[in-house]
Amino acid sequence: MHPKIQAVSAPKVLEQNFLEARCKLLDIAAILDRMSRGDSMDVVRKDARTARILEALKILQGDSPSKAEQIQKLFSLPYDTNWEIPAPRY
Amino acid sequence: MQYIDPHIHMISRVTDDYHRMAQCGCVAVSEPAFWAGFDRGSVEGFRDYFRHLVEVEPKRAAQFGIKHFSWLCINAKEAENVSLSRDVIAMIPEFLQRPNVLGIGEIGLNKNTRNEAIIFQEHMDLAAKTNELILIHTPHLEDKYKGTRMIVDMLKNDSRVKPHRVCVDHVEEHTVRLALDNGFWCGMTLYPTTKCTPARAVDIIEMVGTDRIMANSAGDWGKSDPLAVPELVLEMRRRGHPESAIRKVVFENPIEFFRQSSRWQEPFSLLNLSK
Repeated sequence: MHPKIQAVSAPKVLEQNFLEARCKLLDIAAILDRMSRGDSMDVVRKDARTARILEALKILQGDSPSKAEQIQKLFSLPYDTNWEIPAPRY
Repeated sequence: MQYIDPHIHMISRVTDDYHRMAQCGCVAVSEPAFWAGFDRGSVEGFRDYFRHLVEVEPKRAAQFGIKHFSWLCINAKEAENVSLSRDVIAMIPEFLQRPNVLGIGEIGLNKNTRNEAIIFQEHMDLAAKTNELILIHTPHLEDKYKGTRMIVDMLKNDSRVKPHRVCVDHVEEHTVRLALDNGFWCGMTLYPTTKCTPARAVDIIEMVGTDRIMANSAGDWGKSDPLAVPELVLEMRRRGHPESAIRKVVFENPIEFFRQSSRWQEPFSLLNLSK
């Protein structure tokens, strides 16, 4: 059993974190702008990391209550269930 | 509030950090063996490192009323050198009876290679043979999910492993339940960019509760904050969480996990508290 603690109310989260969220969104926008100002933008467009950033932005627009977890998995390497587990000794 | 930092590499920190941590309420730290920033060339290099962990740091911490504990291993980054790793694992028992040693750690995976998995298993063999607690490093960034799944696979594949005697560290949103749902303890590392911020760590606590979960700074020679645990305390207070919940995460939970080691010693400030 994991004793739960009460999450903060949604309006209070908005009140406390609105400016922080605005700031972080501006940071992402500025990073994308910075890339488009530089040369070799065609290289960046083909980079899988760029596609992941854009995919993450789509996750933000969805209704999932676990967006952070979804974005973590988006940025994760795949796991192979059939990998060869070493045997314990002794 | 009194707190314990259950994962911090004080060998990389200045004495002023001990002072400031004590001022903020730190009563104990535990320091896992880790990568020095370069690959060491011989088993003698590790012997000197372990002497530092069991002899030098406890004295430095004691100047500020902080109890210092340590964990011993060869870290995953150096596990690619299987021959050296085996020599180090064979040498570890020389230090296991030192009074501040809590167990084997931080063992784990880094790039999730075959050699890392073999050396992880051989550390578990040592822990099983010597009945030691285990502290586990999970990989960084894109390697974390896959590596944590592989670590859990190895732990579950070994019938000698008692989940309540294992802490899976550096968990984040996508790995915390892998640890908790399989009966292990877990740790969240509060790093500015690459792991959990204090705010996200509190989000995780709100999602999974306060049982079997700890928070640490993992302060080291990289970008990190030795006062990160007090930042988590402030964030929980800012959200109005009860003092009892905060105390459980930053103080009572580390004690409950560490007390399973026969060499755990109560910090002076706890001597009058019932076990």
